[in-house]
Amino acid sequence: MAEPLLSVDRVTRRFGGLLAVDGASLTAEEGRITALIGPNGAGKTTLFSIISGFIEASEGSIRYAGEDITGESPHRLARRGIARTFQIVQPFIGLSVRENILVGAHLRHRTRDSALAAAEQVGREVGLNELLDRPADTLTVAGRKRLELARALAIEPKLLLLDEVLAGLNPSEIRDIVPVIRSLCARGITIVMIEHVMQAVMSLAERVFVLAEGRVIAEGTPAQIATNPVVIEAYLGHGAAAKLGASNGQ
Amino acid sequence: MKALSPIAAVLAVLAVVPLIVHSNVILNFLVVALMIALAGQGWNILGGYGGQYSFGHAAFFGTGAYVTAILQMRYGVNAWLGFAAGIASGAALGGAIGALTFRSGLRGSYFALVTLAFAEVLRIVASVAPITGAGVGTLITLDISARAFQFQSRAVFYWVILALVGVSLVVTRLIERSRFGAWLMAVRENEDAAAALGVDVSRVKSAAMVISGAMTAASGCFYAQYFLFVDSGIAYGTWISIEALLTPIIGGVGTLFGPLLGALVVRSLGELAKLVAGDAPGLDLIIYGAVLVAVIWFSPRGLIGGAVQAHKRLLRRLSPGTSCAGEIGRG
Amino acid sequence: MLSPVILVPAILNGLLTGAIYALVALGLTLIYGVLHIINFAHGALLSAALFAAFFAYRVLGLDPYVAVFLNAPLFFALGYALQRFIIGPASRGDDRNMLLVTLGIAVVIENALLYAFHADTRTINVGYAFETINFGIAFLAVPRVVGFIAVFLVAFALWLIMTFTDTGRAIRAVAREKLGAQLAGIDVAHIYAITFGIGTACVAVAACLLIPTYYVNPHVGNAFVLVAFTIVVLGGMGSVPGAVIGAFLIGIVESLSGLFLGESLGQIGIFVIFIVVLLVRPSGLFGERA
Repeated sequence: MAEPLLSVDRVTRRFGGLLAVDGASLTAEEGRITALIGPNGAGKTTLFSIISGFIEASEGSIRYAGEDITGESPHRLARRGIARTFQIVQPFIGLSVRENILVGAHLRHRTRDSALAAAEQVGREVGLNELLDRPADTLTVAGRKRLELARALAIEPKLLLLDEVLAGLNPSEIRDIVPVIRSLCARGITIVMIEHVMQAVMSLAERVFVLAEGRVIAEGTPAQIATNPVVIEAYLGHGAAAKLGASNGQ
Repeated sequence: MKALSPIAAVLAVLAVVPLIVHSNVILNFLVVALMIALAGQGWNILGGYGGQYSFGHAAFFGTGAYVTAILQMRYGVNAWLGFAAGIASGAALGGAIGALTFRSGLRGSYFALVTLAFAEVLRIVASVAPITGAGVGTLITLDISARAFQFQSRAVFYWVILALVGVSLVVTRLIERSRFGAWLMAVRENEDAAAALGVDVSRVKSAAMVISGAMTAASGCFYAQYFLFVDSGIAYGTWISIEALLTPIIGGVGTLFGPLLGALVVRSLGELAKLVAGDAPGLDLIIYGAVLVAVIWFSPRGLIGGAVQAHKRLLRRLSPGTSCAGEIGRG
Repeated sequence: MLSPVILVPAILNGLLTGAIYALVALGLTLIYGVLHIINFAHGALLSAALFAAFFAYRVLGLDPYVAVFLNAPLFFALGYALQRFIIGPASRGDDRNMLLVTLGIAVVIENALLYAFHADTRTINVGYAFETINFGIAFLAVPRVVGFIAVFLVAFALWLIMTFTDTGRAIRAVAREKLGAQLAGIDVAHIYAITFGIGTACVAVAACLLIPTYYVNPHVGNAFVLVAFTIVVLGGMGSVPGAVIGAFLIGIVESLSGLFLGESLGQIGIFVIFIVVLLVRPSGLFGERA
């Protein structure tokens, strides 16, 4: 079997006395969607920040496309093809939607004209083509999420880290954006997504890792995870698995 | 070329002025205003487009002025070469300060403080170092000839500084429409998001500082040639640090013509104040300080930015098909 | 040059100067700790306070140590009003705007002083200005010793206020967690203004303590306050113990480098420290990460 595109190997991160990530390991197979779930405060976004170079790991290593990328800076990783979206969206407020995406497009396109063309194309792919000339700060939450996605796509990544891209969206908005994500995977982009919206995780992800208190407590297919008692306890508390099992008539 | 036509138009209009106006007083006023505009253009690259607010741009102005004056007076270097060397020194200083400060990750207030400190250090050194003439300053020998970059007619000085401003406008425009410019503005808006998109933030900021330093240094070199005297208070004093930041902010931070408009407005206000209340020291700066506070309070994007915003708001209100959805996401 | 007879008084004098620096730095670090802004108007306010002390003496005949009881509340009110009615509304919480607004205010105050009183340097002549106290190992000027003691009294008073009064607790709450404090019903704008007022009052007290042995002109405050910036950055932005320790350190460094390098170059020494600290360890000795 080919080496996974991304391997996170026993990464640990301490903040003073707090152990935010504790020996977490995960892999993402090329061309597939992998989900990272877990209760709030589990360390998921911290792990993403470590993978994308914003925070340094205290211990452990990260391999991407066959090379050790531990400790590399965010812009270098972006150039290698790792893109990330932020949990709290961070549009370039003073710029228009088109100009926002343009910044990403410029990574692969030197001249303004070719970058603009690329930005336009990405904007269309993500469904923002009506809004390209609007100021970024006039977008709704759903619009901003799409913009966040568009910018990340504009750098033509091989690996896309989506941090709760569905958070704050209503069900119909989620229904609209899920096919976009699926089509990215069909294009060959490897996706790792942190998500709380379980319906999306179940329908999109092929492999799921569960993080709780900084540790990976389970991994498997969505179906396996859903019935895993350790996972249920992590979300619902001690003894919940047994209670659920009892109420299910087992 | 289409992108540069507004600049050509403005320059053409301004170039005609000395042919119509013959008053030396007015020409002098315009020359100084253009010189300040050039210094402001430099600040605008780093502050307006890059979002890094320097409170010590006097460091570049003064370096340009001193380098050109000292090279001419102590080493007999040709005035034009001296001018070029002055600009190069400004660029080098920008690179040095940028390398030191941005690689340390200094931002915001800390960056403002460190630039202030650099300007102060240079001022103190210049006030005691023998090479600058210490407290006495450096006088450039009067030698009215093109070779010595000194001209009898103020009109010629006017066209020289106008040409320099023109160059700075073209450079700014080219930056606006380049990859570097897109990256620079991204850094201004959000450094982390920019880094996630592949932007090498500290290198972009340093490059901006090199360009910024060169432009403001050019302004200093011109000062030396026009006034023929430089001392530490003139070269590195807070007055120029303030004017270099004031003109873009009033005119419009991060806009092409902001510094030019701002310089004309600011200098006009200064002259008006003198007319009304007499030529006492400090009066013009009181007005500048008050205008700075007022602009930040009521129109933080300056005159041009504020006008653009008002224009957009008017358009949106007038166009019938505007969807409400666009407004819901605001704020 | 290195004999104790020369070194010890230099160090002691450095400590005495450091005390005044500490008071100015205290105001600055307090404002930073609560409002999270660097108050660029601090120096101009010091100049204004020096002029106030000067005129209190010349016009009202008040000895500086008496005038302080008039000037401190006056400048508290001035600082309160500045923050509440100008800085706060003008900057709308944006850091970059706050920088520019305080800079603008600094320029206005300094040049208003210049315009009104011109650049001539003035001094006052109080009888005790040149009296010294014999400490055995050194003769120390009376005003400087008084200043030293006064600073500790003021610092103690501030500590009392911060720890035991409701306002002090509110200030500490806002410094820690503005949103939470707001939700708990604290009027943040008012607290910001009070903090700024306290910082400005500190400056007024420092001015009264300085004026017997110092000089007055519109630019003095700036020179002083750049040193105060250095101290605050060295000690750590927002850290009170940092400001005090930093102030004494800098006072001693200034005194010693003035001894060995002469006045002007000694000043450069301070700025070099400033730049080095900013580049190497911007959080300072005790401060939060920059």
